[in-house]
Amino acid sequence: MEIRYDVEVDARGLQCPMPIVNARKTFQTLQPGQTLRVLATDPGSVNDFKGWANMVADAELVAQETIEMDGKTVYVHYVRKK
Amino acid sequence: MNGQAVVDRAPTADLSALEAQIQQLQAQVDALRAQAPDNRLSMVVFSGDLDRVLAAFVIASGAAASGMEVSMFFTFWGLTALRQKRESRGKTLFQKLMGWMTPVGLRGLGVSKMNFGGVGAKMLRTMMRQQGVPQPEEMAQMARDLGVRIVACQMSMDVMGIHKEELIDGVEVGGVATFLGDATRSKATLFI
Repeated sequence: MEIRYDVEVDARGLQCPMPIVNARKTFQTLQPGQTLRVLATDPGSVNDFKGWANMVADAELVAQETIEMDGKTVYVHYVRKK
Repeated sequence: MNGQAVVDRAPTADLSALEAQIQQLQAQVDALRAQAPDNRLSMVVFSGDLDRVLAAFVIASGAAASGMEVSMFFTFWGLTALRQKRESRGKTLFQKLMGWMTPVGLRGLGVSKMNFGGVGAKMLRTMMRQQGVPQPEEMAQMARDLGVRIVACQMSMDVMGIHKEELIDGVEVGGVATFLGDATRSKATLFI
């Protein structure tokens, strides 16, 4: 899957609630229309980003994918600022 | 032809009735809006157990990171999590005893199960570190950086003889009405 993104947050190795906390910090700096990509190794982040995007009014979860990176399963989340 | 007929059948009396109805509906919408909860989470932190307080800070941080306003009301044993020092001056004998027998800050809290005199808490901290989970102190700092409102219960402080100077900086002091004021306009309320 090839999805365009503007900024990336690497939350690999971090546990709940750090992926969304770190995503939030960077998301706030985005301009409308920009997309944030978050890398996480926490399997719970798949549901967490769904819930997070539901709560944050100007966030839209564009896509989620699971990839293999450096021998680890990485959950990738794309969030667009409306 | 048809349009003409409609205009003919719309006397001013009907229009003003319609306007009155709109005004009435507008008032109802305003009233509903005033009652609608804020995007807020309110928590009572009654427990002084490390694991429970940790859960409270995780939820607080997650909610704040999701754009919610968060209020945490620390009462009774929960107050021990906010202490930064022990002070005995100006306290009754029982208050002094209470002060000496209760932990000072997150560092001193034990876990609710398998604490074994603090060994359990140390073990939990190590296990958290091994899993990349922030320590309770970092979690609390993060919650505060995210703008979580922290209120200490005045009545518990008075009973237990805890002075505001013994608590960490930036803590507000309030009573039940402070909690209810926030809780009644919250989407979610938790007692921990």
